[in-house]
Amino acid sequence: MLGGDFALAEEVVQEAFEAALVQWPAHGAPEYPRAWLLQTAQHKAIDRLRRLRRFESPLDDDALATLAGDSEPSEQDDYLRLIFTCCHPALALEAQVALTLRTLCGLTTDEIARAFLVEPTTMAQRLVRAKNKIKVAKIPYVVPERADLDERLDAVLAVVYLVFSEGYAATSGDAWVRRDLSSEAIRLGRLLERLLPERSEPVALVALMLLHDSRRDARSDARGDLILLEDQDRSRWDQAQISEGCERVERALRAGGPTPYALQAAIAALHARAASAADTDFAQIVLLYRELLKRAPSAVVALNHAAAVAMAEGAERGLSLLRELEGSEELAAYQPFFATRAELLRRLGRLTEALPDYRRGLELAKNGAEQRFMAQRLAELERQLSG
Amino acid sequence: MQYILLIYENEAATKSRSADESRKIFGEYMAFTAAVKQSGHMRAGEPLEPTSTATTVRIKEGKTIRTDGPFAETREQLGGYYVIEAKDLDEAVGLAARLPAAKTGSIEVRPVMKMPM
Repeated sequence: MLGGDFALAEEVVQEAFEAALVQWPAHGAPEYPRAWLLQTAQHKAIDRLRRLRRFESPLDDDALATLAGDSEPSEQDDYLRLIFTCCHPALALEAQVALTLRTLCGLTTDEIARAFLVEPTTMAQRLVRAKNKIKVAKIPYVVPERADLDERLDAVLAVVYLVFSEGYAATSGDAWVRRDLSSEAIRLGRLLERLLPERSEPVALVALMLLHDSRRDARSDARGDLILLEDQDRSRWDQAQISEGCERVERALRAGGPTPYALQAAIAALHARAASAADTDFAQIVLLYRELLKRAPSAVVALNHAAAVAMAEGAERGLSLLRELEGSEELAAYQPFFATRAELLRRLGRLTEALPDYRRGLELAKNGAEQRFMAQRLAELERQLSG
Repeated sequence: MQYILLIYENEAATKSRSADESRKIFGEYMAFTAAVKQSGHMRAGEPLEPTSTATTVRIKEGKTIRTDGPFAETREQLGGYYVIEAKDLDEAVGLAARLPAAKTGSIEVRPVMKMPM
């Protein structure tokens, strides 16, 4: 990677040194400085190369041949047709995701496999099966009709957001590919904005992703451990992205009204613009969650609403809302439900009650960072109770 | 391109329909059949007698085994089919969605294999 293009190599190594000058004094020098520098430079080179890929990015010839067919219509149309075909509802969701990443983002099968933590052969089969179904069942290579566009665009945006969420959930401890998924998702979102300028939903989704992503450098520490939103160093939030995101929130709300993505983005904007956790307008966030509950009700949204209520009106109020969610099937194995309840109980000093929730939260933790966070809280609690 | 639309419904539920309801739904199937004939999509289609009249045949060790009933116990049972001609999957799905059973049961849309003549 660095060997091929000398000018690129030079620049990214320089950037890596600059990054070291900023990060090492703050977090301490890494155990293997040369490896850190090399890895950082490589990541930057990969970032650059991906961003340099323009509209005419290298697409999978095989997929194009399967999907495309004959003629040469406008490039825009081609991309739209590809996106809608990759995200056709007749394909399994995981196939839609894999096909989109392969065909539109140019990720290799191996990269996608690593990103979703499956065997490369499994991913390869998934892609083969999907392409085969497109061919044999004759899934059409078209931009959907007006009448179907709403539903079909929803499906596309769901895939894009799923890709983003996979990348977002990864911490610095995981393979770099997972973090790059967030950039790919944002890139796809921007592509949709350009291709469908009269629709506001892509704008809302891009806003949401930009705002979440703006916190990427503050969400975990040098060890890859999680830092809660309220404890993050906000000076590390990407202000340029926040402005971009906020501008889009306004535009999306004006053009399309309070759709679920727009509401979620508006909530993210309120967090992003607050100078500190204490300055956050939680009352407004609660109102936005209430709107979201009306339009896209789900147990998870109800949970987030309860967490916001706890911030705006106190832990007791939040807990009473959580009590209403206790029987919910969706939340029975949902880690954040237990983590949230545990935190609220802890804040109220009800430490013994918090114990089982922290334990369940630890059991359900999906990655190393989540595990370490829960384990730490649990240890603190046990110390306080025994002391 | 041909697709078969396999109509699955819970037989117990359909049996418990009132005479009026059954007549109404029968009418909807007649209307659908007429419509797809008119539009040129129809190739074949029949309702089937219930699974209580089915016999499943398997050859085991050279012997013909007949079992009373469908090939497997399922929540929904095959009750009929249409073979239609459609230009792509979206068109086939659009037709399947118009079947009464789409609301109460499931329609499996399967491409018919093209055999070389």
